[in-house]
Amino acid sequence: MSRPVKGTAAVQPLDLAASDEKTTVAMAIELSHLKKSYALKPVLRNIDLVLPRGQRLALLGANGAGKTTLLRILAGLSKAGSGTVFIEGLDSRYELQEIRRQIGFVAHQPYLYEELTVLENLLFFGQLYAVAQTRERAMMLLQRVGMERRSNERIRALSRGQVQRVAWARALLHAPSLLLLDEPDTGLDQNGNQLVQALLDEHTARGGSMLFTTHNLERALSWSDRIVILAGGRVVYQHETASLTHEELVQRYQEVVR
Amino acid sequence: MMARLFFSQLWAVLWKDIRYELRSKQTWIGMGMFALLVLVIFNFTFDLHASTVTSIAPGALWVAFIFASLLGLGRTVAAEREQGMLDRLLLTPVDRKAIYLAKLLGNLLFIGVVEIIALPVFAILFNLPIWQGTTLLALIPIVLLGALGIAAVGTLFSVMAATTQAKELLLPILVFPLVVPVVISAVRATTLLLVPSVNEPPWVGLLIAFDVIFLSVSTLLFQYIVEE
Repeated sequence: MSRPVKGTAAVQPLDLAASDEKTTVAMAIELSHLKKSYALKPVLRNIDLVLPRGQRLALLGANGAGKTTLLRILAGLSKAGSGTVFIEGLDSRYELQEIRRQIGFVAHQPYLYEELTVLENLLFFGQLYAVAQTRERAMMLLQRVGMERRSNERIRALSRGQVQRVAWARALLHAPSLLLLDEPDTGLDQNGNQLVQALLDEHTARGGSMLFTTHNLERALSWSDRIVILAGGRVVYQHETASLTHEELVQRYQEVVR
Repeated sequence: MMARLFFSQLWAVLWKDIRYELRSKQTWIGMGMFALLVLVIFNFTFDLHASTVTSIAPGALWVAFIFASLLGLGRTVAAEREQGMLDRLLLTPVDRKAIYLAKLLGNLLFIGVVEIIALPVFAILFNLPIWQGTTLLALIPIVLLGALGIAAVGTLFSVMAATTQAKELLLPILVFPLVVPVVISAVRATTLLLVPSVNEPPWVGLLIAFDVIFLSVSTLLFQYIVEE
């Protein structure tokens, strides 16, 4: 399997797409026999999961099913107890910093600095990701999410939905090839949701992949190519979205999540 | 290229912390007020005479500095961790050493500002002639070296304590025993400035040695403490 070249090369300016060299890897995510425990309590039990590049995967499950732990491991915030995690062909045990360059993260909390302005937040994160021409790229993304006129306002002066839009701009700033989204629809109005849908379409059309968690089954169906349900730290159900109706998903979800 | 990226990221985190603190004013005003109050209380508590003031004042100064420093160190990292921002920072491909050094420099800056405010008040309250001759010029490096030792250990342990529920209690319990060598060296070096004496160990040299050890060990350990 060929891998992206390691290094600190800056993101190309005004390029929302993942770079060509990233597209040589077939799988965005490969998990094999992944286990994780906290204080001897198993949270993830023998997870095997793959996400081909360019695909969208919805991760469903009740609270405590292990969704957030799985996302934290994928994002490099937690270490796997055992098993292997490959992101874009990179081994999380040895190439974590390189993996972090490939990932964009949006959570249900925006995690932006409230005392900094919208633009200052993006410039700060742009510097951390070594994005070239950060200001131009930040302004372009703010325009894309409809926040360019609020660029000089502090985050604490914005509404929840507006902050979430800025969080989306921040997640796309370094042109990640994989988006990890933890209940990303929280706080968004209908326009916001349409915007996110469009951003995700653009991301996957350019070969990017995404994995997201949600409690909204309808959204899981409309945003994903495949659905995976976690229960008790295990994958208990997975199915292609194209051949799944909302009623079938609700029925399955109620069967496996108790 | 790597060194340039490292310093660019270090500067980004430091500048963000400074800007954030200047706007929120959450920490340094509280630290400054606390240091001044400690000095005032010491001034009232002891019956100061010309013969005793030089042995009490340096201790009072460093007690004020260390308590005020820990108050600030605990707040800056805990606030970032509580809001989930530390995790967000760790999601980025930033060298963890750059994060540590930026946090350390930020803390050192805030402690330094508090010390600049507290020193004139200290001199007035204890009626000490620190402005005469080269005393002030010699005192400033001691104060900065002491602050560096406290900040080096405090920054590391504030990240560790921030994950616990009793962080306000845990941080002083973890840090005080470790910074005892720094505080003793700083107090003795300050006393020697006020009352020169022969046959004393090289306290400033010891202070530098402790700083180098704490800074090196803390920089290396930070990655393992901040990540799971």
